[in-house]
Amino acid sequence: MVSVVVFAIAATVVLGGAVGVIFSKNPVRAALSLIASFFGVAVLFVIQEAHFLAFVQVVVYAGAVVVLFLFVIMLLGVDKTEDLEVEPLAGQRSAGVLLGLCVLGLVLGGLFLSGPGFGEDAGTKTEGAVALTGQQTQSGRPVRFDESLLEEGERPPADVEGLAADLFGRNVLAFEATALLLTIATVGAVVLVRNKGAEGIEIDEPGTATR
Amino acid sequence: MEVTETWYLVLSAVLFALGFTGLMIRRNPLVMFMCVELMLNAVNISFVAFSGVLNDIAGQTAVFFVLVVAAAEVVVGLSLVVALMRRNADLASDDLSVLKG
Repeated sequence: MVSVVVFAIAATVVLGGAVGVIFSKNPVRAALSLIASFFGVAVLFVIQEAHFLAFVQVVVYAGAVVVLFLFVIMLLGVDKTEDLEVEPLAGQRSAGVLLGLCVLGLVLGGLFLSGPGFGEDAGTKTEGAVALTGQQTQSGRPVRFDESLLEEGERPPADVEGLAADLFGRNVLAFEATALLLTIATVGAVVLVRNKGAEGIEIDEPGTATR
Repeated sequence: MEVTETWYLVLSAVLFALGFTGLMIRRNPLVMFMCVELMLNAVNISFVAFSGVLNDIAGQTAVFFVLVVAAAEVVVGLSLVVALMRRNADLASDDLSVLKG
């Protein structure tokens, strides 16, 4: 019963934050709604016992990513409110909402009308995994440990241990590739925002910089 | 009453659709990026839910990689926005057509 209440509160925060992002006139408010949504997702991770991911969710998403958004908003001075009443492209809103409803119907249809699921009548859970991924891709690292197999007073290993074993075991090549990806992204960002004539730069008087 | 994985998957579907709708109806590139982040988070919720129901940590590893790719995507996307908004602070998504050269 407690988990239902926690789920309900977290889901409300997640969806409320998402609605706030979509309908905020001010980009700063949209970014703050995004933080609320990310915190709700972190709570959902905690109640599914993905403690490390909840931690990373708060540090990376609610911390770094949203701060980056806010930094760009403040740097560019685009924190003006946007008039949502005018619709520059006629029919964009209604078409967008219609497409969104189509996507929702598609995903929910796929969820409830698709093949073998996870219920008792749908076979074992291994069949579910194969139905989902098309192949046997199990890491062999469980999320939950059988309490009866543990010795007296022994605590089950934390989720981060299994995550690390999987990440640095069979996924180590992909992990190294992400290092390359992050390096390329950083270099790309530097190249994109570089001021070409920065050598003979003229420094503006404070407050006179053109936007 | 117990929270089953179906609850998480339905929540994930609704969040994904909300992010998609925002991406379609908003014209500010910054807010559109935030909507993409919402969609990525929706997928992360279902990854963790599947990880729980299959009792396999691989789903959480996938979330880890999504997180890294999302961070890289935000860096490159925001630097594009900065480069373009320096010229025109009232940038709308249509103005990104200058990228086609």
